[in-house]
Amino acid sequence: MLAQVPQPMTDSSPAAEAARAFGRFRNVHQEFLQDDSKRLVAIEDISFDLKEGTLVSLLGPSGCGKTSFLKIVAGLAEATYGVVEIRGRQVTRPQPDFGFVFQQANLMPWRTVLDNVLFPMEIQRRKDAAAKRRAMELLELVGLAGFENARPSQLSGGMQQRAALCRALVHAPKLLLMDEPFGALDELTRMEMHDLLLEIRRVTNATTLFVTHSISEAVYLSDVIVAFSKRPARIADYIEVDLPYPRTPALRYETAFTDFEHRAGIALGITR
Amino acid sequence: MRLRTSIRTLESIVYPIAGMVAVLALWQGYVWAFAVNPIVLPSPLAIARATAANHEILLSQTWPTLRESVYGFVLALLVGIPLAVCVANSRILNLTFYPILIATQSIPKVAVAPIILVWFGIGMESKLVIAFLVAFFPVVVDTATGLKATPAGLLELARSVSASPSQTFWKVQFPAAMPFIISGAKVAVTLAVIGAVIGEFVGSNEGLGNLLLSANAQLDGPLAWAALVWLSVLGIVLFFVVVAAERVLMPWGHH
Ligand SMILES: Nc1ncnc2c1ncn2[C@@H]1O[C@H](COP(=O)(O)OP(=O)(O)O)[C@@H](O)[C@H]1O
Ligand SMILES: [Mg+2]
Repeated sequence: MLAQVPQPMTDSSPAAEAARAFGRFRNVHQEFLQDDSKRLVAIEDISFDLKEGTLVSLLGPSGCGKTSFLKIVAGLAEATYGVVEIRGRQVTRPQPDFGFVFQQANLMPWRTVLDNVLFPMEIQRRKDAAAKRRAMELLELVGLAGFENARPSQLSGGMQQRAALCRALVHAPKLLLMDEPFGALDELTRMEMHDLLLEIRRVTNATTLFVTHSISEAVYLSDVIVAFSKRPARIADYIEVDLPYPRTPALRYETAFTDFEHRAGIALGITR
Repeated sequence: MRLRTSIRTLESIVYPIAGMVAVLALWQGYVWAFAVNPIVLPSPLAIARATAANHEILLSQTWPTLRESVYGFVLALLVGIPLAVCVANSRILNLTFYPILIATQSIPKVAVAPIILVWFGIGMESKLVIAFLVAFFPVVVDTATGLKATPAGLLELARSVSASPSQTFWKVQFPAAMPFIISGAKVAVTLAVIGAVIGEFVGSNEGLGNLLLSANAQLDGPLAWAALVWLSVLGIVLFFVVVAAERVLMPWGHH
């Protein structure tokens, strides 16, 4: 059965060559040593390519190894073996031109919203007038204009996640990594955030790896869905979502959309 | 909404005062009704009269106690916070010093006071050292706890933006520990006053503790109690100085 699963192209056709220019993951495997000193294989074998400017979702059940994989790409964790290359260079530690959005907003309560957004620039010692202008533009883009001097505790969960999004984008990252960024939000807020993310992608064109366990979220946002199997993670399906842009909420009710949802559901083994 | 807040503020002032007045009235009534000997328990009015009559000596004896307490407290912060930073960030230092810390804490300070007096003499230094010793422990423990309790998400954020260890410490860990440091300081400042008074009890020729002892020895109940009241006022004032510092250092409030 596994043999029938469409696997991502990893050959050297022109299209694959172009993909090679951005992200290349080959036979990524990760094991953890547990407390009882048994080995736990979180990621069995993941290979695929990440094309520049696309949004690729990692879709899979909870605990299947999505976060583990994303952290390896981010340079926050190490694969036991395998190749993780971004723009031709092996990733071994966090890169200054990556942006990471966590499931929790992780805002610092002692900083204003603006200073939270500027945190990456401050760390890189680039917190100048231009950085502040860009931060303000981003806050405006996500609908937080006027909240730059507020404290995070004064914001709702959705607003906090918007601020976290601005923080991940403030240094104009080449690669945006998002780990279930909208998982803690209510359904309506989440759908708003989807449209916001589509708009942000249109404006910034950042290449994005997006972790989620929501099928409809993955279909709505992605150019490609990499469906992970249960732990240990393997690729269950590689789905190119060729739904047209601009995507609007009405798309969610079209058959083309639900067909993709169906295919992803089959990959996750929740339907036939 | 504004009306409700101002009612809240009013309530938070009126009720504590009402409670205080009730207790004082009961106390006064009890002393009157049973004609209690003022050496045993003076009435609040007698204490107030003694305070007014002796305000000069009370005030002049406040300064030494205030100085001993504040110096001891500040020294506890200056030594305690850096030590907590070492203990929180190094497993080896933690293993090495934490047991010693706990051990020193379990020594009753009143019992060491005479020894401290022998080492540092009858002047201010011995009181300062005792105040330092009692104030030091909550500062170290709370600061270390706060530093170790930095939310994992914030540490990961710092790592994801390639923050250096010193950036991570100063921009994330330390501010995140601030609420803990301040709550440690609140306990410490109150203890510092107690430490200073212990020192004065064991041997001194000035300070409110000394005044209290000598008033007691002369069976001047009202004056002894006036010194006691003055001491609590001193403790409360110092406590609110720390609260004011909290407002300045933590404008984002406690979360
Ligand atoms: N540092 C670690 N040490 C041991 N086990 C881990 C560690 N990180 C993750 N795991 C385990 O690896 C598996 C995959 O975790 P994770 O990548 O967080 O899953 P997902 O993000 O898909 O929900 C889980 O079973 C988890 O318990
Ligand atoms: Mg996860």
